Amino acid sequence: MNPAALPLLDQALLVLAAMALFTAFALLAQTRLTAAIHTFAWQGALVAAVAALTGRASGDAHLYVSALITLALKVALIPWMLHRLVRRLALERQADPLEHPALTLLAGAGIVVFSDWVAEPVAHFDASATRNVIAISLAIVLLGMLMMVVRRQAVAQVLGFMAMENGLFLAAVASTHGMPLVVELGVAFDVLVAMVLFGVFFLQIKNSIDSLDIDRLSQLAEPVEDDDVRGDAP
Amino acid sequence: MIALLLTVFTPLAGMLLLGALRSARVAGWLNLALCALSLAGALWLAADVLAHGAVAGASFRVDALSVYLVVLTALVGLTTAIFSRPYMRYVHEERRVTRGGLRLYHSMYQGFLFTMLLALTTDNLGILWVAVEGATLATVLLVSLYRTPAAIEAAWKYFILCGVGIAQALFGTVTLYFAAQHALADPAANGLSWSALYAVAPQLEPRVMSVAFVFLLVGYGTKVGLVPLHSWLPDAHSEGPTPMSAVLSGLLLNVALYAVVRMKMLTDAALAGSATPDLAGHLLMGFGLVSFLVAAISLQRRRDIKRLFSYSSIEHMGLMTFGFGVGGPLATFAALLHMLVHALTKSAIFITVGHATHISRTQRIDRIRGLIRTQPAVGWGLLIGVAAIAGFPPFGIFTSEFLLLSATMHAWPWLTIPLMIGLVVAFAGLFRSVQPMVFGAAPPGQYPVRANMLPVIMQLALVLLLGIALPGLLAHWLDQATQLITGRHLL
Amino acid sequence: MDHFLSPLAHALSALLQPLLLLTVAPLLVAWIRRVKARLQNRRGASLLQPYRDLRKLFAKEAVVARTASPLFRVAPYLVFAATLVAAGALPLLSLRLPSAAVADAIAVIGLLGLARFLLVLAGLDAGTPFGGMGSSREMLVSTFAEPALLLVVFTLAMTAHSTNLASMAQTTLHAGLVLRPSYLFALAALLLVAIAECGRIPVDNPATHLELTMIHEGMLLEYSGRHLALMEWAAQLKLALFAVLIVDLFLPWGIAAGFAPGALARAALALALKLGALGALLAVAETALAKMRLFRVPGFLNLAFMLALLGLLSHVILEAAT
Repeated sequence: MNPAALPLLDQALLVLAAMALFTAFALLAQTRLTAAIHTFAWQGALVAAVAALTGRASGDAHLYVSALITLALKVALIPWMLHRLVRRLALERQADPLEHPALTLLAGAGIVVFSDWVAEPVAHFDASATRNVIAISLAIVLLGMLMMVVRRQAVAQVLGFMAMENGLFLAAVASTHGMPLVVELGVAFDVLVAMVLFGVFFLQIKNSIDSLDIDRLSQLAEPVEDDDVRGDAP
Repeated sequence: MIALLLTVFTPLAGMLLLGALRSARVAGWLNLALCALSLAGALWLAADVLAHGAVAGASFRVDALSVYLVVLTALVGLTTAIFSRPYMRYVHEERRVTRGGLRLYHSMYQGFLFTMLLALTTDNLGILWVAVEGATLATVLLVSLYRTPAAIEAAWKYFILCGVGIAQALFGTVTLYFAAQHALADPAANGLSWSALYAVAPQLEPRVMSVAFVFLLVGYGTKVGLVPLHSWLPDAHSEGPTPMSAVLSGLLLNVALYAVVRMKMLTDAALAGSATPDLAGHLLMGFGLVSFLVAAISLQRRRDIKRLFSYSSIEHMGLMTFGFGVGGPLATFAALLHMLVHALTKSAIFITVGHATHISRTQRIDRIRGLIRTQPAVGWGLLIGVAAIAGFPPFGIFTSEFLLLSATMHAWPWLTIPLMIGLVVAFAGLFRSVQPMVFGAAPPGQYPVRANMLPVIMQLALVLLLGIALPGLLAHWLDQATQLITGRHLL
Repeated sequence: MDHFLSPLAHALSALLQPLLLLTVAPLLVAWIRRVKARLQNRRGASLLQPYRDLRKLFAKEAVVARTASPLFRVAPYLVFAATLVAAGALPLLSLRLPSAAVADAIAVIGLLGLARFLLVLAGLDAGTPFGGMGSSREMLVSTFAEPALLLVVFTLAMTAHSTNLASMAQTTLHAGLVLRPSYLFALAALLLVAIAECGRIPVDNPATHLELTMIHEGMLLEYSGRHLALMEWAAQLKLALFAVLIVDLFLPWGIAAGFAPGALARAALALALKLGALGALLAVAETALAKMRLFRVPGFLNLAFMLALLGLLSHVILEAAT
């Protein structure tokens, strides 16, 4: 799809989606927690902007509502909660460097190619200008997953989880102009509850191992022979 | 419709009520009463559906398949609640859980039942997703209820893995909705309605549906505990409170599998005329068989009794998935029956295991000894339960496994070999661990505890009954569900 | 019409464009310094200061170390020449470039690579520790920067269907305002690469040769007199070259299509404005940023590479015609 043949609104959509993809990479590479939370908020803002612009282009009023929900949840509320937690747990200065940054980023690029390949039959089937954003959104989902795999820090893993949600929302907006409102509300509710639970977990993890480094949660990850030896618990 | 509302929304009201209730003693009883009320609603609903066909309205739709699982869910919910009342009081007396934790437990127990019942009765695939994700959210704090580092780790793993998995399912749902937009006249109104989609399934674009199904299978398959996405399951089962293990194994896995089966029905219908009409079935068979075999091998030399039985759950879920994958009336009938008997047996076993760990004050298999001498009821309960789960005649699991094997023999003869081997290996692993626990010499100072074996006896008796003679009503019911899934009657 | 332009005029313009760039290059540097000074509440030196510096250096005697080989003497002329030839491949005021046959982006990168190679050899030649350190660091930077630069060119070439700079600019001009994600990423990547290639903050600090972490200045430490003047001038030309490259590829508006005097004047004005803006932008960035430690430079350039790669991927995914 040559952008020159598209109206300016659709061009802007493509640019915003591509920028959201870039924020997914930035999240992956970002070592400082506070900066990562900012990046996440930017990603939320970009995704919300895509939703609003799609609403403008297609005339679906409920997309504005979705954009507002995303804005409230992913740009304001969740980053705020994360910042508060980070402050409360004294993690502001915590850096969580990647073990193999170049390898991780290359894996990320591989994910983008893979997503394009997976989404090809879906995109092929649709004639709309934004069909290729489906591949981008799948890439954001999978990059969030990659982030959860390579990051050892609980807060960073949560950011990966939330970035996946952003990708899913983008997928819904790009491919189908959003899910039915009742489903979106349900999803938003689930995300919110999940965030609250994550907060509870941070405190529990911090209390039990005095760190938020998930690698130190390794009691259950011993070799097979020892893996179920544990305290005397009923 | 009233029956439906009674069934589904009693737990929701219960969740709020129990969240506000301070008295732990009353909470236990109230929990039980709410479950009983929900079961009554479920039975009423079942009678309704069996007499007049599917009940539908306002994004709810209950047909023979879902009402079957609704009754099962409500039943296991009730029996586990009977067990959980004294058990949680004991845990509380041991100071392993605070008063607030107990309140959370009771509230979330109902919340979990609500999400399960909602997932089973909704017609909207988006709400199905929300409900299954809600089930994770409701149970994740219960897994970490004891606040030990291991419990928190298990809960974190459960949360993250299921979160990642279920996100794939949402992507699949979005893709499905995308396919629906091109097939339905008014997608915004009913684009995610399963029944509306099923009606137009042949018009759904096959390639898009294949992509959607793969994502949905990975997503809900994580919740089913299919290998290689199963690693949360043993941890969550072993670290959470025992009643939680019983409902996770008995209910959550079934509901996730139900979601997979619903998606398979759609995909099969959409792919009927394409180049790969059996894609969904083959994927299910592959995942099911691998899960079955890996879990059977993992059953060997376990050291934690609850992990042992959670691997057994993976094994049986694999078997059911395989059965649904084989397709055809006989295999589907067998898989449906297996869902029922496995849920009943496994929750009975977990209840017994709860008592056993109470007696010996440990979950380590090598320290649980001589149950049959210390407390014959518990010892016999465990022995009979394991005999049932291992597929001994005359228990119901034997029947369903036998049906499944004969269906496999018919459709894929050479696949019966790995199935047989897996069953023998699983049997050996289970009995090697269980035999000394039941018959070994009891260590000194081991005393019987106050055990409530009523639910165990009830459930095992039911499994036995199903094995000896399948009641005509149930057979007819299962046949209706089979007809829904495969389009053909078995009987 | 300029179709009938004589071969002589053609050749003249081929010579004039790079010479013009050569002439204004010190001015651009002076402008950046001036803006920076103003941002730091200083008055700053005159805009002619770099010219005076060059004149002073040319007048001075060149001192050459006893250990230096002939390469050390030849290198400044070669570096200067290679950079100048590279500059000749860029459309500056007019798209009708006489050197169009060789005016290829990859050729430009190759010529710059050649200049760098000679510079690095010269830095090693004298055998001083600072020269060796500067050279090895320069190679480190180029290892990361050059692939990114090539990737940027490829990304843009996929849209323009050419690596010829004039026709790439022509394509952008012709399409009008089109928002392309790939261009956005490529621009960001090119900006980062240009900063690294030209030794600006945060990769290298051009204002001092007193830091232990210097790169470019380290290699020039043994040079003096006209040799140093040529090296400095080449560096200034390189900065101007990258600025013009960015302008040509992403903001070609205003450039003349032929050799009509009016259009050329307009093009000169537009170019001056665009270069001035870019220079000011660089000055602001240099004021706001601190120089990063050397071991973080690969990370910085990895980002550039990543951006370029994303540009390529987003072209394939979002813009490829299917």
